[in-house]
Amino acid sequence: MSKIIKELKVTAIENGTVIDHIPANVVFRVIRILGLENYGDMVLFATNLESKKYGKKGIIKVSNKYFKPDELNKIALVAPNATIIEIKNHQVSSKNDVMIGDEVIGIVKCFNPNCVTNFEQVDTRFAVVDKEDLKLKCHFCEKITRRNSMEFI
Amino acid sequence: MKNRSLVSISDFTKEEQMRVLEVAQEFEKNPVQNIMEGFVVASLFFEPSTRTRLSFESAANRLGGRVIGFSEAGSTSVKKGESLRDTILTIASYADLIVMRNPVEGSARFASEISNVPIINAGDGANQHPTQTLLDLYSIEKTQGTLDNLHVAFVGDLKYGRTVHSLVIALCNFNTTFHLVSPTELKLPSSVKMFIKEKNLEYHQYTNMEDILPVADVLYMTRIQRERFSDPLEYERIKNSYNLHNDMLQETKDNLKVMHPLPRVNEIDVNVDANPKAYYFEQALNGVFVRQALMATILGLR
Ligand SMILES: [Zn+2]
Repeated sequence: MSKIIKELKVTAIENGTVIDHIPANVVFRVIRILGLENYGDMVLFATNLESKKYGKKGIIKVSNKYFKPDELNKIALVAPNATIIEIKNHQVSSKNDVMIGDEVIGIVKCFNPNCVTNFEQVDTRFAVVDKEDLKLKCHFCEKITRRNSMEFI
Repeated sequence: MKNRSLVSISDFTKEEQMRVLEVAQEFEKNPVQNIMEGFVVASLFFEPSTRTRLSFESAANRLGGRVIGFSEAGSTSVKKGESLRDTILTIASYADLIVMRNPVEGSARFASEISNVPIINAGDGANQHPTQTLLDLYSIEKTQGTLDNLHVAFVGDLKYGRTVHSLVIALCNFNTTFHLVSPTELKLPSSVKMFIKEKNLEYHQYTNMEDILPVADVLYMTRIQRERFSDPLEYERIKNSYNLHNDMLQETKDNLKVMHPLPRVNEIDVNVDANPKAYYFEQALNGVFVRQALMATILGLR
């Protein structure tokens, strides 16, 4: 019974990628980070779904698209527990976790108010110096942005 | 190093830094040469820093180069809201090399990535000031005969002083023993200490300056600024405990030199100036040779 209800909430896709276990409050941000606002094919999403493991979760289904690992790893900052499920002919063909990469480009604001990235039109760029505690070193001003002062663009 | 920008001291390897110091020796012996004839250096000072600007402009002029630019942003289109991007792209087509000082942190890195001529960072806010570091290295090598295995003491504001941070990082290549003297609230940040630890070098922290006087080869003084303290009484209490007086130099090593990035306030008493161990004014003069060397190597003339 519960299986059927789930199916009704978000239609299954024939081919493409399902991004599951997204924290409910960042679904729209994930859509933006992956550039899906301008995607030409079908994108389905739902948020505030009940999840036993994560409380409220969100899910995104993208028809006829498979992402490169680099693209998906961008969302690891906001959705570290996301699961990436690739669907081929209605079948699950692979299931993967996301990982924080070595560099973060254009997603996070530099916390330093006197950083050039807060004045000029330029993508922010950070080296990930600590993946556990999430410390990002700004490529420009060389200051460290930590998780608790992290703001997304 | 031809056509390379210098934004942070670590953009140059130890060998490249040594190469600049070597060329600086040549210019110290023979400071007036016409090798930069026909070259134009843009000197863009978005905030005033007379000392640094004159040092660069003197260096370029002594090598026969032309200097264009401005000494503060007030008289330029920047004040009218022009972006740094547009300023740099415009000026890059007028010059062979850009020297820039800008209070915005990261502005030099940004400029170096959009400009098609090399950028020398003459200070970007609290971030980097690599030519100061090169002239400090040059001064240490010149007075000590070597950069290796020295005991270097840093005194004053080690938390906010960017010259201290860059010099500490640069000295980590030379097996330095660090003596770090500061009030507790102005200790060297852990992000800088990390470099010392990575190289397994010896470092000691003190709050009292007297302890390090007999062991230091170099005494690098910095000023403590009132605005770093939320409590003005705390500043008053601390400021005089890091002042160097001539009589304090009696029990120091013969080879000791006192350095300071200048300008000083009262952390070095004027009665030290006449002591042969005082080196801060020569240190500033070395800046001209080092900047000559840097421009000449970046322009491919050395
Ligand atoms: Zn920054």
